[in-house]
Amino acid sequence: MPTLTRKEVDEIAMLARLHLEPDESARMQDDLGKILDHFLALATVETEGVPAMTHAVPMDLRLRSDEPAPSLPASDALRGAPAREGDTFLVPAIINGGDA
Amino acid sequence: MSNLDELLENWEPVIGLEVHVQLATKSKAFSSSAVKFGASPNSLTDPLVLGMPGTLPQFNQHALELALLLGVATESKIRARCRFTRKHYFYPDQPKGYQISQYDEPLCEDGHMNLIVNGQIHRVPLTRIHLEEDAGKNTHVGAFSHVDLNRAGVALVEVVSAPVMHSSEEAAEFMRSLHRLVRWLAISEADMEKGQMRCDANVSVRRRGEDRLGTRTELKNINSFRFVQNAIEHEIARQIRLLETGERIIQETRLWDADLGASAPMRSKETAEDYRYFPDPDLPPLVVDGALMGSILKSLPELPTQRFERYIKQHGLSPDDARTLISERTLADYFDAAEQAHPGQASGRTLANWMLSELLGALNADGKTIDGTPMSATTLSDLVVLVENGTISGKIGKEIFEESYKTGEAPAAIVERRGVQQISDEAALWEIVEQVVAANAKQAEAFAAGKDGLFGFFVGQVMKLTQGRANPVITSDLLHKRLGR
Amino acid sequence: MSPPTQWLSATETAAKVASGELTASRIVDHYLARIANIDREIGAYLVVSSDEARRAAQEIDQARAANQPLGPLAGVPIALKDMLVTKGTVTTAGSKILEGWIPPYDGTVVEKLRAAGAIILGKVNCDEFGMGSSTERSAYKKTKNPWDTSRVPGGSSGGSAAAVAAGLCAASLGTDTGGSLRQPAAFCGCVGFKPTYGRVSRWGVVAFASSLDQVGPLTRTVRDAALMLEVIAGVDPRDSTSLDAPVPKYTDALTGDVKGLRVGVPHEYFEGTIDDEVRAAIEKTKQALVERGAILVEISLPNTAHALAAYYIVAPAEASSNLARYDGIRFGKAAAGAKNLYDLYARSRGQGFGPEVKRRIMLGTYALRSGYYAAYYKKAQQIRTLIKRDFDNAFQHVDVILTPTTPTAAFRFNSKASPLEMYLGDVFTLSCNLAGIPGMSVPCGITIDGLPIGVQLLGKPLDEATLLRTGGVIEAVVGLGARRPGGVPA
Repeated sequence: MPTLTRKEVDEIAMLARLHLEPDESARMQDDLGKILDHFLALATVETEGVPAMTHAVPMDLRLRSDEPAPSLPASDALRGAPAREGDTFLVPAIINGGDA
Repeated sequence: MSNLDELLENWEPVIGLEVHVQLATKSKAFSSSAVKFGASPNSLTDPLVLGMPGTLPQFNQHALELALLLGVATESKIRARCRFTRKHYFYPDQPKGYQISQYDEPLCEDGHMNLIVNGQIHRVPLTRIHLEEDAGKNTHVGAFSHVDLNRAGVALVEVVSAPVMHSSEEAAEFMRSLHRLVRWLAISEADMEKGQMRCDANVSVRRRGEDRLGTRTELKNINSFRFVQNAIEHEIARQIRLLETGERIIQETRLWDADLGASAPMRSKETAEDYRYFPDPDLPPLVVDGALMGSILKSLPELPTQRFERYIKQHGLSPDDARTLISERTLADYFDAAEQAHPGQASGRTLANWMLSELLGALNADGKTIDGTPMSATTLSDLVVLVENGTISGKIGKEIFEESYKTGEAPAAIVERRGVQQISDEAALWEIVEQVVAANAKQAEAFAAGKDGLFGFFVGQVMKLTQGRANPVITSDLLHKRLGR
Repeated sequence: MSPPTQWLSATETAAKVASGELTASRIVDHYLARIANIDREIGAYLVVSSDEARRAAQEIDQARAANQPLGPLAGVPIALKDMLVTKGTVTTAGSKILEGWIPPYDGTVVEKLRAAGAIILGKVNCDEFGMGSSTERSAYKKTKNPWDTSRVPGGSSGGSAAAVAAGLCAASLGTDTGGSLRQPAAFCGCVGFKPTYGRVSRWGVVAFASSLDQVGPLTRTVRDAALMLEVIAGVDPRDSTSLDAPVPKYTDALTGDVKGLRVGVPHEYFEGTIDDEVRAAIEKTKQALVERGAILVEISLPNTAHALAAYYIVAPAEASSNLARYDGIRFGKAAAGAKNLYDLYARSRGQGFGPEVKRRIMLGTYALRSGYYAAYYKKAQQIRTLIKRDFDNAFQHVDVILTPTTPTAAFRFNSKASPLEMYLGDVFTLSCNLAGIPGMSVPCGITIDGLPIGVQLLGKPLDEATLLRTGGVIEAVVGLGARRPGGVPA
């Protein structure tokens, strides 16, 4: 059941935004399939009523007081950007709210 | 839109709203970067906002307090323990590649919004209210998009109504009510033009009498109250027309274009978006304990619709006037302060009238709002009392108002200085009436003969002789007596 | 006679700086020269921060000359795994996608080291984003095991282990998500310590798997690990998962006394394929403890068999999420000539990530898909609870648990036929991260081929002290003593 089809590999690659060359895709299908087969055994473990693990030493979320701290200057924020225009990051146009 | 009215005879719209409200915190939801509208691009970021490697979220206490305040104000059920969830999608305005939000354990559930419809309170159930962070902004320029992350990470609540509204008017009223409520409680400035309150609408239609819900579309990019009504109406009409010609409704997201007055489908992708929700491992469970709830409940003031009802019941205000007074908390507080300055000496109705016509009129002309009023509630109340107890006439009162508003001088002092106390002494007025009638015998005859319009002339003459100080009611009585009818 | 500078422990180095016997500048120069000499062969360092290190050393020397108080690590040269964010120094996490990235901030542990007077010598190699068990998955270079340069140093903190073992730093900080400190420590004859989850801040640690990652020391001695822990442990408001618990003086734990110590031996860890020499060394270690008054207790950790699957679902799932931020837009490398936005994302990530990282992102994305979430991620998180319960139950009867760190000693380069085969080598170390408990590897023997063997100790949450105490005794009795790796000049 978990053995992956090529279509599934492509779907996951798209969800993860990973461009795979055809040979990469084929290898991925093989590798992932084998790994996932190995995990089939998990389904047999009885976990009814067992809570999901959150922390080794249970704790609640600490709250931060609402005090603003200095921001990075825009020049620092943009310093490592591969593409920029003035003080903004630059990406290929996003048309119609979609992303292709 | 009479055509729509015709269509609506056979079809019932079903509308649900998802409203994002920016919380009025000084720093962001999970980062201490400041929150400010209109700052220069990318000047309100830090390594966490930029999604840099190694950064981790820290949750803003005040964001929690504001969200809880909204939860109790809407009588929602508050979870004692809830989690933050990661919602994954790739978009340049979402630096981490995921948004921190809440999915299956929202902070608040099953509350309701109180709307005022036809002068009555009308409840719209809420499905949930949850916490999340905002995304940055993309601006389209030619072949590129420019990304500004100033807004990324700002604390939001998402308020989701049950899909139980049945008209665009109701939906618009929902937005106005929510807007009023969050401003009332200082939860958010909620300026739609600044993007501090944004709404998406889920719209479907079904034949009247049917139980099943139709296919719904999601409308986005609605960023003003006006658009809420227009966009929803347009979508309702579009869907009905399609269905009446035998077509299907495609479940899709559509973007509203205000310039065109129409919506268009967002480019759909081959695969449906899968957000791959899972509990954020960087944030342990959020616990709301009794002490916190206690302090939130204690801080809850009288809510707008509660005041609306009180104004009608206690002060006999009309629903319209009551509604106007609660449109801003400062207005309602002003009214309450004016009413309490001289309890029993000036009726609520009278005070409301003076506020809504004289005061707001003057403020409007000045381009001011109640927040910038030069006349305090006590002063206005002082003035109204002077009119109510007969010290000055209403007409004079209006003149005094103008002067006090402009100069800040106390109304009583102006009255004293100008010597414009009302003359209510009957004997004194009778003398003047006699004088006036005697001096205008011809008109008196004409009036007696049936020329009704001349009554005003006599009133005017009395006013002239008394510099406008004659008590109008007594004057009128005495004139009638003297003139014989 | 005092050992040469490069073999001084961090503790000894700090003492000599404090006493004035050695200057920090002398020490730093010595290490820099040795790095220049040897690291061509070993390949531990990605970045050597010579100027910065010399400046820091001068400051320490000036402070000492002015009789100012010195921090506990003053003058001690440390190498940092390149998963630790360092302000102004390139940080890559071993990946091309972060090539040339200069962070504008220091991580908490780095700040703490600096405040303690430590000298940062540079950044050392690791498997890309911590994903690997041999450092072969670094996008930059191969790191060799100083004991036998035809073999791997382990991973993902292979650079740290090699640098410590080869005398190219006095100590190192690495990270451990499934064994990445302990396994390289075992392969390189060092001490590797993973603290309780939440003991050390993750602010400034490039995230691999958020609920499993911890920073820890990789050192030549147990005392050094204790010293480093004292410096880096503690609550950090910037890390919402860090524990608000007091930090004991860990160096006080090294009493040398294990009388009455109950040592749990889980039979599940001894049933699979383990190298004969590894078995023998572990046996010797158990006997050594018994001779010193410890009591061996047979225990069972029944859910051990599911640890591998649980780990290889949780870790990739969280990694796929944590690595979603690498998109070539705000920092790091972008693909050239992207036709549209989708292309920019897919090609930048496709080119910037290595095959192992891509594999794990795919695995993680698969496990988190709606429809699969309950069967995979949620299930794995439930199994973690079962594994933790196993440990909780065991710790009712024992004070510390002893297992091999790895089934074999260091393997040769390119010797794992498949990703799965590589994963299988992690069986002993994974449960510790899944349960969030502290774990440590201490050298306990050497094979006939001259390869170090490590024994693993697992402890109760926040009981780092018992691990250090036990490890200290093991080190004294069956440790490698003054033995040095054959692959580098003495």
